[in-house]
Amino acid sequence: MEKTKKVDIKNLLINNGIIVLLAVLVVYVSITVPAFRSGRNIMNLAINAAPRVIIALGVSGCLITKGTDLSAGRAVGLAGCLAGLMLQKPDAAGKLWPNFPVLHIGLVLLIVIAICALFGFINGIVISYLQVPAFIGTLGMQLIVYGIMLVITGAVPIGNLRQDFITVTQGTVGPISYQFFYLIIAAAIFWFIYNYTRHGKYMYAIGGNETAAEVSGVNTKKTKIIIYTSAAVMYAIAGFLLMGKSGGGGVNLGQGYELEAIAACTIGGVSVNGGIGKVSGVIIGVAVFELLKSALQFLGVDSNYQYIAQGIVIVVAIALDIRKYIAKK
Amino acid sequence: MAEYRLEMRGVSKSFPGVKALDKVNLKVRPGTVHALMGENGAGKSTLMKCLFGIYHMDEGEIYVDGEKVTISNPDEALHKGLAMVHQELQPIPARTIAENMYLGRYPVKKYGPLQVIDHKTMNREAKKWLEDVKMPFDPKSKLGDLSISQMQSVEIAKAVSQEARLIILDEPTSSLTDNEVEALFKIVRDLRDRGVSFVFISHKMAELRRISDDITIMRDGTYVGTWEMKNISDDEIVKQMVGRELTNIYPPLDNEPGDVLLEVNNFTSIHDKSFKDCSFKLRKGEILGFGGLVGAQRTELMEAIFGIRHTVSGEVKLNGKTLHIKSPKDAISNGIGMITEDRRGSGIFGCLSIADNVSIASLNQYLEGGIKLNKGKIEELVQENVAKLSIKTPDSKTLIQALSGGNQQKVIISRWLANNPDVLIMDEPTRGIDVGAKYEIYQIMIALAKQGKGIIMISSEMPELLGVSNRVMVMCNGRITGELADEEATQENVMRYATQF
Repeated sequence: MEKTKKVDIKNLLINNGIIVLLAVLVVYVSITVPAFRSGRNIMNLAINAAPRVIIALGVSGCLITKGTDLSAGRAVGLAGCLAGLMLQKPDAAGKLWPNFPVLHIGLVLLIVIAICALFGFINGIVISYLQVPAFIGTLGMQLIVYGIMLVITGAVPIGNLRQDFITVTQGTVGPISYQFFYLIIAAAIFWFIYNYTRHGKYMYAIGGNETAAEVSGVNTKKTKIIIYTSAAVMYAIAGFLLMGKSGGGGVNLGQGYELEAIAACTIGGVSVNGGIGKVSGVIIGVAVFELLKSALQFLGVDSNYQYIAQGIVIVVAIALDIRKYIAKK
Repeated sequence: MAEYRLEMRGVSKSFPGVKALDKVNLKVRPGTVHALMGENGAGKSTLMKCLFGIYHMDEGEIYVDGEKVTISNPDEALHKGLAMVHQELQPIPARTIAENMYLGRYPVKKYGPLQVIDHKTMNREAKKWLEDVKMPFDPKSKLGDLSISQMQSVEIAKAVSQEARLIILDEPTSSLTDNEVEALFKIVRDLRDRGVSFVFISHKMAELRRISDDITIMRDGTYVGTWEMKNISDDEIVKQMVGRELTNIYPPLDNEPGDVLLEVNNFTSIHDKSFKDCSFKLRKGEILGFGGLVGAQRTELMEAIFGIRHTVSGEVKLNGKTLHIKSPKDAISNGIGMITEDRRGSGIFGCLSIADNVSIASLNQYLEGGIKLNKGKIEELVQENVAKLSIKTPDSKTLIQALSGGNQQKVIISRWLANNPDVLIMDEPTRGIDVGAKYEIYQIMIALAKQGKGIIMISSEMPELLGVSNRVMVMCNGRITGELADEEATQENVMRYATQF
């Protein structure tokens, strides 16, 4: 009995290796660099995490149904740029769309969401009706969206954003950023969808066994289209928030975020084999990733090396995930 | 020569929480076919995995031709002359027969430091071995073009080419037609007469009786005994397997068919080789059996009625009303349910809980305000079914993959009961399920029929087909060739119609 318990603990440590390692790193950095655990840095982490959690939530649905969405990052960029273009100050010098009317910020957000949702919808159609593997279909979409973004912006950076845009994205309640509340709302909605709706159950069923889902009367095509469309809605919101948060940006906004999101999901226990994944896991995954970045920064690690560290974390995380699957056989 | 080709002594193996094998013995004489029988979960597969080093046994010894051996992987087993032909073959269909046979040990020609595969030698050798098992295929043709039984023959030829002296056949006949079984048995007998031993794992008593010399029976991970086949009766084998007398294999068929419920007219597939012009009627409260050989297109016909497959013509009437079914969703909303043949492939959601597996097809019933699922109601549904069908599970959150085949099947039955369908199509409802659970499933079917539901059962097990059906339709080669009721429903008649090509 003693012995099996020990083995269990060992397995637990290995399966959650990344999180354990990160915990050690975080404790170490907190002790050696006190600024790391300052309220300001923690709030900073939350602000950085917000758009990333929102993106990862979108991607998680694709992953749970054994798909993926490589167009996420570029869709975030397109959404950000579109929002920026529509929300430049009317009197800004060199305004890219000088004759664009002044629209209510809420309407701008809706327009951005609608445009991104269209691309997500197309992703869904391509994957479910044309049966193109998600990896390839969304890879194509990634390029298409990037091209559109270049055409629209002419690769010119966008700045001079309207004050209401800045307020909505950079404002705070006391010490707490609005972004943190957006994160909580998005997570709560997704948690509800994943646990308490037909759509959520269908999503897990498709990931678990697509043929069985079809036989059970699940409209798998419709469900997938909803998943890819709602994912794109999340990218739109994230892009909107990112643009406002940085007060400006260009075509590189959101670049590579899809991979970060996929990695975060995997670290958080969303299985690449489909059918498994929780909202709490997605949040933990993003948190782990952001903590890693921040900790390395505080340790004074050159940002070039940070990429290497992140890459290693992604590979190890997926290897550990697969290991769980192998052990189950 | 040693008395036994293979001797496994006192093999034990535990998994966390379960003792899978407890001091099991297996003694196979040279040049014999040895049947290994036991209910599902008796430990046959585990024993074989221990033999091939896939599992490490906790205790026990293995002797091959009297010599003690330790085997830590299938490759080592092969070197000791042990080979296994799996239940689910794992060939590479897109490559040639010869390449499959010599996978991992291709003959090579050397050009200095460069090694090149010697296709000529490989094809010649492959051809020789194939002829050796009387299977004169072209070694250069694609493996994927062969039937499953032919692939099995290739596997056997491969084993023989590697000088295997003991070949394990794990449920080799489960997807073969009678003719193919004959062909397989011919190969097995031929090789046996040349001194090769076989271990034959199967549930089909009649086949085992024809081919086996000895039999070893296992039950719940323990060794029950070994007999010469001629010294043990079928009844005795069943008794030893289940550890109890089976007084009545089938529950009394006391349901009473009523008016016509479902009418299927002129169903014809879009594929030439599939079902053609099939018509039949199903009555309320009736269990209608569908018999036939494998490949008779029974599954295809039912899947077409259920909206999985396409037809060029055909009409379905339920209670006199014509239905337009284009997808399983349409079928379900019209009151038709279907339990598919391939439980793992198109039945269970392995990584989901029992609750999710039960409720997935009926979630519409548990919506509150059109959006939120009422988890309390779902739990009630699950608990009701767990109790009604006596599903053995710790709780509703347990993953379905943790259950036995019989309990998984009951969960899938619950899924359909939740929808309260008028017609339930059950395709091989007891495949891969142990005797006790089979009986319970028959009881459930009869109880449903008594409630006035119509049940269509496809079964390839003749006794089951005759024992549980009120009426039997027989199909052959895509056509309905016979309809049998009452005393006409005999094995001979079913077989006669099933072979009316």
